[in-house]
Amino acid sequence: MRREIPLFITFIIGTALVVALFIPHEPFRELDHQFSVWFDIIAVFAFILGGGNLLRVHVDRITRKHPDRIYSMVTIVGFLGTLLIGLFKFGGDPGLTGNYIAQGTWFKVVYDAFFVPLGATMFSLLAFFVASASYRAFRAKTREATILLIAAFIILVGRTPLGYYLTFWLPEPLQFLHIPNLSSWIMSVPNLAGQRAIMIGIALGIIATSLKLILGIERSYLGQEK
Amino acid sequence: MTFIEKMQAIDRRIIFLLIALAVIIPMVFKLVIPVRPSPIVQAIFDKIEELPSGSKVLLSFDYGPATVPENQPMADGLARHCMIRGHKLYLMAVWATGEAQGNITIENVIAKEFPDAVYGEDYIQLGYKAGNQGLINAIFTDLKGMYTTDAGGVDINSFPMMKEVNTLPDFDLILCIGSGKPGLKEWVQFAGDRGDIPVSGGVTAVEAPLLYPYYPKQLLGLMGGLQGAAQFEAALVKKYPQYKDVSSGAVILMGPQTVAHLVIIAFVIIGNIGFFVLRRREKRARTE
Repeated sequence: MRREIPLFITFIIGTALVVALFIPHEPFRELDHQFSVWFDIIAVFAFILGGGNLLRVHVDRITRKHPDRIYSMVTIVGFLGTLLIGLFKFGGDPGLTGNYIAQGTWFKVVYDAFFVPLGATMFSLLAFFVASASYRAFRAKTREATILLIAAFIILVGRTPLGYYLTFWLPEPLQFLHIPNLSSWIMSVPNLAGQRAIMIGIALGIIATSLKLILGIERSYLGQEK
Repeated sequence: MTFIEKMQAIDRRIIFLLIALAVIIPMVFKLVIPVRPSPIVQAIFDKIEELPSGSKVLLSFDYGPATVPENQPMADGLARHCMIRGHKLYLMAVWATGEAQGNITIENVIAKEFPDAVYGEDYIQLGYKAGNQGLINAIFTDLKGMYTTDAGGVDINSFPMMKEVNTLPDFDLILCIGSGKPGLKEWVQFAGDRGDIPVSGGVTAVEAPLLYPYYPKQLLGLMGGLQGAAQFEAALVKKYPQYKDVSSGAVILMGPQTVAHLVIIAFVIIGNIGFFVLRRREKRARTE
């Protein structure tokens, strides 16, 4: 029964949601709405599971005296500190019933003083690594790599106002060589064709996997049978 | 070791330093390069412009602090334009960090530039709810069922601008500023397509190529990265020159980005010259 009940629930809900998409009338419309609401409720509990898992992993690293345990300590202090400040809405008005991120709350201070600069720093590092990687790896070794290199070159210049000023003087018959036009063409034609192919492939894969789940052919999500 | 060989084995810290200088120097000297709106960005501006005053516009903040330099000017620009046109602006977030970013737009744009705008009548912060695309699916049929209060915990039915809004199809336009999943793509799939609601917005430069397949039928326009934000600012200033001083955050940042791109291009060219010179030398050595 431990396997049959989840299989039955998956079949019923999966079938109802598929039917609701094609027949948006009662009772399927209401079923679709109720399932969405329950999905949102379950998603909230995922935060608790995620938090619990984060604590488990890092407490384990500290107790095992892992060489990098100092980072785990910072993670736990940061996590619990932010959680408590947010839950009890310290500094906020009117206390527990107010908005956790309103002006004046400690959570807002933590968000602005720690989370914003740390997040921005992490993303900014990308520019340095992209530059370094471009220098070392972006080589015209083969014909395909050369085409990729030329496309990247046009997109890089086309993504700046400089692209316009470099080739705006081109006469009308040669306007297709104007860098912003070339950049736009690369994005709207070859890129679009590739993206569509990938998206259609992914969609077909999702349909196949979903059908296998609904029909009970794919059962790996249930875990191993003892 | 020859000069070319030395260049090929250059310490990456030198590359890091040059990139840092490429960003810092244009910022210090306030290098501003004029930006022109492209058709894909102009389409968003035109849509907001052609909606009758008082139209209901949903603006979803689906990003976090990591992508603020790209995303925040987009959100500020869209909010500014909606307020100029007198649209009702509904702010929400599918990302946990989005609500704080929405508050920044309220503080920096709405409160400062439109002091006469009344909360609950002209704009409202609905805040964040968990559920990702499940949330979009749920509010499609019952928005007030999910948002029983605004972000501040006040009863949703007490706000005049919420009286005519019960589902997503009640909105005239959905705008999303995103930097990942769930984001603009999910708004197209779960709201725009399903309810035939116009959807538009902006995403980070790395995500923009993924959204081109939806343009122009399912996505009426797209701001891609900082350049997209700068182009929207340029379109806004062209029509409303009185906002030139406040609507220039992305345009100013385009200077450092342009120089950084040029430095990266220079690195790629130098790297390839070195590669070809060394390859030719190797071939010559083999034949000798």
